[in-house]
Amino acid sequence: MFATRPEFRPATVEVLVDGQPLSVPEGASAAAALLLAGLAASRETPVSGAPRLPYCMMGVCFDCLAEIDGVANRQACMVTVRPGMRIAPQCGARLAGTAA
Amino acid sequence: MRTENHDALVVGGGLVGAAIAYGLQRQGLRTLLLDEGDVAFRASRGNFGLVWVQSKGLGAPHYQRWTRGSAEEWPALAAELREKTGIGTGLHQPGGVHICLSDEEFEKRGAAMARLRREAGNFGMEYRMIRGAEAREMLPGLGPKVAGVSWTPYDGHASPLSLLRALHTGFTGLGGRYQPNARVERGTAAANDFAVEAEGVLHRAPRIVLAAGLGNAELAPRFGLSAPVRPERGQILVTERTRQVLPMPTTTIRQTEEGSLMLGDSKEDAGFDLGQNPEVMKQIARRAVLSFPWIAELNLVRAWSALRVMAPDGLPIYDQSERFPGAFTANCHSGVTLAGTHANRLAPMIAAGALEPEMAPFTARRFDVRHAA
Repeated sequence: MFATRPEFRPATVEVLVDGQPLSVPEGASAAAALLLAGLAASRETPVSGAPRLPYCMMGVCFDCLAEIDGVANRQACMVTVRPGMRIAPQCGARLAGTAA
Repeated sequence: MRTENHDALVVGGGLVGAAIAYGLQRQGLRTLLLDEGDVAFRASRGNFGLVWVQSKGLGAPHYQRWTRGSAEEWPALAAELREKTGIGTGLHQPGGVHICLSDEEFEKRGAAMARLRREAGNFGMEYRMIRGAEAREMLPGLGPKVAGVSWTPYDGHASPLSLLRALHTGFTGLGGRYQPNARVERGTAAANDFAVEAEGVLHRAPRIVLAAGLGNAELAPRFGLSAPVRPERGQILVTERTRQVLPMPTTTIRQTEEGSLMLGDSKEDAGFDLGQNPEVMKQIARRAVLSFPWIAELNLVRAWSALRVMAPDGLPIYDQSERFPGAFTANCHSGVTLAGTHANRLAPMIAAGALEPEMAPFTARRFDVRHAA
């Protein structure tokens, strides 16, 4: 059930993680890119500011929240990378719309 | 069967029962709090979290006063719970508004508020009807469809779950006994002598308080009381957390201390069905977005429904049994708002053995045909 994928997938898609270019395999999730980038934390929680990294990788825990292409609070594990995607840490709560 | 004696039994471990039990234990009564368990309907876990005064008690000035009184008691209760338990209840009372989405709604609201003030009499009631332009300065991002708002300084909000936890922790911290998984099925009643069975133990006390929410309807007649309450379903939508943008709660939208927006206030007769209904969810979302268009950008992360505990006239019921003095009921759909009066005013009355005359209009005898005639 949890066997590793047999085929080797070259890192062909270039994305920007926290502003730094990084190549990841096609079909990888933005959360995988965050992990591969080796950041100490990819978000800070909105209430206590605790540092977090992606955890469940299946859309349940919300610990991978990131700002993707300018949209805040996206679940990075549910988003497939595209060339040029900008993936940035989600620090604290997002700002709601025009109320800024 | 083993028998244990107490000074008071409280049936129901939700917000109403826990607030009363906390108040009784604080008065020095050795109190046992019996809680059904996770199979119960648990309205307290689904509460929206308003500490709300405006729009309560139209045509019922005693309810208006009781609600206002509770909003006044809240700061002291919240401070005391924080000191005793270290748990904050997230109370903020910056005032609140009801948003009107048309001129017709605004006119109707204005008439209702004016009537509330007339009925308040010497007690007074401060409010303002504020037109769209001025309201938009008060509330950032208020939509162009908003005709105006009604505002009072008395309204606020709190975290229902933190309040429930603080009341329970406060109660047991004072020496009160909490018994979970204790659905009360059998009991005996005599004047100032009550016994109920729970988990194979017979608990006796000279006082019993029925605060079992919807369960009171069945329970009350066994103790010479009446509590004709029925479920009214409410649905709630919750958004992701955002930075604090709403300076005050509204009747249907509030921002929690942690930043989530809660959207709610639907009312349905759905029996005991705790399901959700896309049509109602859509209406809630639509009204929220008409009120604050920027809400449309937010993701919804949770939704649920819960059952309000409603008397036929929508007002609370408080009673002491005439047949079995010492048996009381407390029934309402505002467990958060009324926590202040339940802990600080009602519990002392129950401890003293008599409800004050101001409580008389809340009796369930108002539903008796002969009484009504």
